[in-house]
Amino acid sequence: MYNAIQRIASMPRIPLNQDQVLRVKGLAKEIADRIQNFIDSHSSVSTERTILRLFGIDGTNDQEIPLPNRIVDLLREQNLLEQGISFPFSAACLKSRRDTQTTAEMIDRGEIILGDYDGISISKIREQVSVFAAGAIELLDSTRQRKQRKREQFPMGAQPWKYLIVATGNIFEDRTQAISAVHCGADVIAVIRTTAQSLLDHVPYGATTEGWGGTMATQENFRIMRKSLDEASEQAGRYVMLTNYSSGLCMAEIAACAAIEDLDMLLNDSMYGILFRDINMQRTFIDQYFSRMICARAKIVINTGEDNYLTTSDAIEQAHTVTASQLINEAMARNALITDEIMGLGHAFEISPNVPNAFLYELAHAQLARELFPNAPLKYMPPTKHKSTDIFFSHSMDTLFNLASVTTGQGIHLAGILSEAIHTPLMQERFKALQSINYVFGVARELGDEIEWKEDGFIVNRAKTVLGETEKMLEEILELGGLRKAIEAGKFANIIRTFEGGKGFDGVFLKAENYSNPVMEILSKEGVIV
Amino acid sequence: MSEPEFIKPYGDTLGDGRIQISFTLPVELSARAKKAAEIYATSLNCENVSVVYAAKISEGYTYFVIFADAKHELDFSKIQAVEAPKGNRDFYEINAFVKEKIGRKVVIVGATIGTDAHTVGIDAILNMKGYDHDYGLERYPEFRVYNLGAQVSSEDLLAQALEVNADGILISQTVTQKDSHIRNFTEFMEILEAEQMRDRFVTLIGGARITQELAIELGYDAGFGPGTKPSSVADFLVSRMVEHQS
Repeated sequence: MYNAIQRIASMPRIPLNQDQVLRVKGLAKEIADRIQNFIDSHSSVSTERTILRLFGIDGTNDQEIPLPNRIVDLLREQNLLEQGISFPFSAACLKSRRDTQTTAEMIDRGEIILGDYDGISISKIREQVSVFAAGAIELLDSTRQRKQRKREQFPMGAQPWKYLIVATGNIFEDRTQAISAVHCGADVIAVIRTTAQSLLDHVPYGATTEGWGGTMATQENFRIMRKSLDEASEQAGRYVMLTNYSSGLCMAEIAACAAIEDLDMLLNDSMYGILFRDINMQRTFIDQYFSRMICARAKIVINTGEDNYLTTSDAIEQAHTVTASQLINEAMARNALITDEIMGLGHAFEISPNVPNAFLYELAHAQLARELFPNAPLKYMPPTKHKSTDIFFSHSMDTLFNLASVTTGQGIHLAGILSEAIHTPLMQERFKALQSINYVFGVARELGDEIEWKEDGFIVNRAKTVLGETEKMLEEILELGGLRKAIEAGKFANIIRTFEGGKGFDGVFLKAENYSNPVMEILSKEGVIV
Repeated sequence: MSEPEFIKPYGDTLGDGRIQISFTLPVELSARAKKAAEIYATSLNCENVSVVYAAKISEGYTYFVIFADAKHELDFSKIQAVEAPKGNRDFYEINAFVKEKIGRKVVIVGATIGTDAHTVGIDAILNMKGYDHDYGLERYPEFRVYNLGAQVSSEDLLAQALEVNADGILISQTVTQKDSHIRNFTEFMEILEAEQMRDRFVTLIGGARITQELAIELGYDAGFGPGTKPSSVADFLVSRMVEHQS
């Protein structure tokens, strides 16, 4: 289904100390497992809304409130949220004797009251819960199978996959831009979200034509773009992936919408929202877990956000924070059943061009990531921080980035654009980006296979240094008392976030004894899907 | 009057007017498309137009690279412009300025006060991510930022500012119905004055209908309207702090 990259795994080019690799993976696992204990005993309003979406509920009421929000809020008003939405909602469906969408509309209008179990037996309700949960799983299985069939019909291009962004604010204009990118060789299209959507505590509804620096993530917009890309894939004879953002206050809900509409990739980081958008830590950990379980089942590639650390901090001094975060993201993703081939761990080409041998540092960092995660389609981000508004110089920086990417066998290559830091890309700027990528990926396709980094040379030593610093950082996180304490102490990106601070904390709750999330229960029970 | 000084773009001979242009036309690549690009460039007041490159970049879209001689000449002696005002520093310069002139971290408290639930303004300025390719104040290594969010009371805002020993207070107001923003700003300033703390902080306000004039009228140090970049706020804040020091 995905282009295997075992070839690289079988011939490591930097002789890392394999005991040390096992140690850092073990440390990261311990960090992830400690947070998992917290996650397992909690849920959130957005996780509950996700269950409703997977039960088939969509749309808004006459106040333009999305029905999943409305139903969960009503349950909360009755102080029943702690048992989860599944049971009371299933009971409501038995009362209404209608489908889930109609029942949701009836609950909204007050025609059915949540938590009213009069005349229905508990065993009947449980039976209904199982039926809905099986339907949700069927939905996740069917998107996976549909995507698999499409990729068999139109195979993906070789890695590194060329990943291009569109961001006009208008989904119909985005479509035109995306089709052009596919014509010029794109393998992945990402629709950038409008500014601050991550802070909305609901998923907007319908097709949208206005946005700031991006386009609203809505299920309808997903559908419109996927349909266009299906046509473009057929024309190009090459499957083109669609990416959006499962981050912010609606991580898991977006994952559900994305699964329903056959999206292929989602930006999904375990810490990005906490650090960079001041979203509550508990809320983020809970929601990212469920969102990743959905991605695991639907085989949606997650993209983690380590590149963000380097836009805040020095890319040489802080290189180990990227590696540490990759290891933590990997461990948390494994807990959520994410497999290697859909684990797009992030990193970036962000060292100042004024540093002598900056390119050697970049190669060392990229090669280290490649060898620590040999089977993951690593997501490599282009230069942004030191990009010049001289578009010609900017273009030459991207060309070197392209060379680093193909030489070290990266998985997902986010195209650098010459107008970075000026505006969202024009159609012709994507063309220029792809022209350079196609050129470099073509002429240097097997360069990496020819290279054996000099033993005890600059690149080998640099990679070892970063791994050593990473091990130290992971040990410090555990000594501090785990991820929670480390974030509270500002260990990541020098940003301090508290356990109960940030947006969305009021949507977190402790599960009651009788809580159930039947979808998660099946996903956990059935385990990893190969 | 100064002597006229006529200039035009320089290629390899003074006065040749040589320029390069690239653009996309929404037409399929063809001889007609290239001719259209040539005529379009000519209509931009150019001559000797060469369409040196044309490529199809999508169904019905063609990209061109063009060289041409610009005809227009202008009198440089008549051109006037204001150099960027002092204090128009970027992220790196502001951090360096704080290190040098203040010598400790600058503490900033920000909130949307009253019943206004909009954090869009305060978040655009304070959140790491920033706004319009300009980093938010949280990203400044020399700043310590406390974003209290929305619906914060004036009393709570002041209490927080005192607790963290703030240098700057940022207040955002998006809702302006029945001048609620004026009432909220006035209330906060009255509390500050009643506590005799007006001079203790640099006070900045922002929002969709905020102007510098309004801010001064209400007793604040500065007001920032729509489209303000975080670095402009940061720059004003640290400049004012240093002015106060001296």
